[in-house]
Amino acid sequence: MNHSDFHVTRSSAATKAAAIIAILVMIVLIAAPWWAGRADMRLMGELFLYLALASLWNLMAGYAGLVSVGQQAYVGFGGYMLFALTMFGGMHPVAAIGVAGVLGAIIAIPVALLIFRLRGAYFAIGTWVIAEVFRLSFAQVSSLGGGSGSSLPVGIVRSLSESRSGRESLSYWLALGSAVIVIAAVYLFLRSRNGLALTAIRDNELAAGSLGIDIWRTKFIVYVVTAALTTMIGALIFLQKLRISPDAAFSVNDWTAFVIFIVVIGGIGTIEGPIIGTLIFFALRETLADLGTIYLMVLGVVAIVIMLKAPNGIWGLIRARFNLELFPLSFRVKQSNSSKGA
Amino acid sequence: MEWVNAVVQGTLLGGLYALFAAGLSLIFGVMRLVNIAHGDMIVLGAYLGLSVTAILGIHPLMALIIVVPCMAVIGYVLQRSILNQTLGGDLLPPLLVTFGLSVILQNALLEIYTADPQKMNAGSLETASVSVGGLSLGVLPLLTFAIAVAVIAALQWTFYRTALGRAFRATSDNQEIAQLMGLNRRHIFGLAMALALGVTAIAGIMLGIRTSFDPSIGGGRLIFGFEAVIIGGLGNLWGTLAGGVILGVAQTVGAKIDPGWQLLAGHLVFLAILAVRPNGLFPRISG
Repeated sequence: MNHSDFHVTRSSAATKAAAIIAILVMIVLIAAPWWAGRADMRLMGELFLYLALASLWNLMAGYAGLVSVGQQAYVGFGGYMLFALTMFGGMHPVAAIGVAGVLGAIIAIPVALLIFRLRGAYFAIGTWVIAEVFRLSFAQVSSLGGGSGSSLPVGIVRSLSESRSGRESLSYWLALGSAVIVIAAVYLFLRSRNGLALTAIRDNELAAGSLGIDIWRTKFIVYVVTAALTTMIGALIFLQKLRISPDAAFSVNDWTAFVIFIVVIGGIGTIEGPIIGTLIFFALRETLADLGTIYLMVLGVVAIVIMLKAPNGIWGLIRARFNLELFPLSFRVKQSNSSKGA
Repeated sequence: MEWVNAVVQGTLLGGLYALFAAGLSLIFGVMRLVNIAHGDMIVLGAYLGLSVTAILGIHPLMALIIVVPCMAVIGYVLQRSILNQTLGGDLLPPLLVTFGLSVILQNALLEIYTADPQKMNAGSLETASVSVGGLSLGVLPLLTFAIAVAVIAALQWTFYRTALGRAFRATSDNQEIAQLMGLNRRHIFGLAMALALGVTAIAGIMLGIRTSFDPSIGGGRLIFGFEAVIIGGLGNLWGTLAGGVILGVAQTVGAKIDPGWQLLAGHLVFLAILAVRPNGLFPRISG
C-alpha cells in the first residue's frame, strides 16, 4: 500500500450534493416574489432574519465560548440607528443599514473591553446589563420617541420603492441576502486561520493557548464582528417592522431567548444546527403559537431536555448517526482511487 | 438634607438588593453555578407569598414560615433532578438550562396569575415610619435592611461555624476529594440550593410587600442581584451587602438628579466599578 493513494480533503459526496441542492434552493428562494403570497414572503423574511441572528449567536457561543444573553443590545441599536440615520441624517435606508453595521462595530469595542473582564456565566449576565443600559439610554432620547418609540416616516419608506409589492420584494431579498451573507461569512471565517484558532479554542482553551493562539484577541474579533453583523440584522428587522420602541427593540425574549432555543435545539457549534433549529422553531411556532404562554413553556422544556440528553442538538444526533457534514469544514482522509488495494 | 435623605434611603434599598444577591452568591460560591432563573425564583417567592396570604388570610411576614420551607424543598428537588446533571467542566449546560427554566417559570406564572401587577398587603407596616435626626425612615425599609444583615450573618455563620458549612466549603474547594471523604456532593449541592432558595423566598416576600410585581420583572431582579455580587467581590457575603448598598445609593441619587436616571445610574456605577476594579471592591476568590 502506497501513501500516495491517500489524500486529505474537506469535501465529500455529501458536501458536493449539499452545495448543488443549496444552489437550487437559492434560485427558488430568490424567485419567491413571483410564486409566493404576501403572507408567506413575510414569514420567510422573518425566518431568514432569525436564521442570521442564530448563526451569529452560534458563532459566538458555539465556537468562541462567549455565551451572551445580551445580543438584543445590538439588534435594538441597529434598529435605532436605522431610524436616526434616515430621519435625521437623510440617508437612504439601505445605506443606513451599512453605516449602522460600522457604528455597531465601533460601539462593540469599548463594550468588549469592559465585559471581557467577566468570566464565563458572569460574562453572560454582563452582556444583559449592557443591553439594559442601551434600552434605558434610548428611552431617554426624546427625538426618537423616548419610552414610547416612533414610526418610520412615510417618505423614507417610499424611498425604498414606490409600490407596495416592490417594497415587499426588496425587504424579502434583503432578509434572504443577509442570511446568506451571514452563513457564508461564518463558513469562510471558520475555514480561515482565525477560524482554525477558534475551533481549537472551542475544543480545548488551555491547549489552544499553549500552542500560541492569542485567545483574547480571537474572541475579541469574533465579538466585534458578530456585533457589527447583528446591528445590521437589527436595522433590517426594524426596516420591516417600520415601528420601534425601547421595549420591542431590546426585548430579551424576542432577540435572545428564541435565538438561543433555535441554536440549542438545532445543534450548537455547527453551521447546520442553526438552519435546522430555525426550521423547527418556525414549524413549532406556526402550529403551536395559538397556545401562547404554553408554547413558550414547551419550547423551554424542549431546550432543557435537548441540553441534558443530546447536548449537540438535533444536527449532532444526525451527524453522529450518519457521519454527515454539509459544509466542508473538517478534514477527512480519503483514498485517491477506487481500486482498493488489499 | 435632601441628598443625605437620598443616600440613607438608597442604603436601606441596598438591603433588599443584598437579599436578591445572597442566594446568587451562595450558589456560585458552593457549586460555581450561575442561576439565570434566579430573578424569576424571587418572583416565584413573591407569588407564593401572595397565594399563602390570600388563602390563609395571614400577614405577609407570617407567610415566610410557609413559603421559605416550600422554596427550600423546590430548590432541593430542582438541584437533584435537573441541575446536578449540568455540573461539569462545561459552561454552557448550566447556563442554558437555567435560562430555559427562567422562560418556563416566567410563562407558568403568567399562565397562573396573569400579567396584572400584584402586591401584598402588609397593613400599617407599609406606611409606618420613624423620625431619626430630621429624616423620616420607613419601618419596612429598615426591617428589610435588618433582615438582610441577619440573613447574611446567618449565612456567614453557617459557612464558617457549622458542619454543613464545612461540607459546602470542602465541596467547593475540590469536589472529588470531598467525595472521597464521604460527602455526597449531589446531596450537598441540593442542600446549598435549598438554602439559597430559602433566602430567595425572603427576598421575594420583602419585594412583594415593598412594590407591586408581575411575572416579567425577574430579569431585572437578577441583574440587580448580580451587580451587587460583582461590586462586592465574588465569594464575599459581607461584600455582597456592601455591593447592594452601593447599587441602592447609586439608584436613589440618580433618581434625585433625574427620575429617568434611576436604573441607568445604578448600571453605570456598576460598569464604572467593573472598569476600575474588575474583581469587585472586596474580592475573596477569583471567578
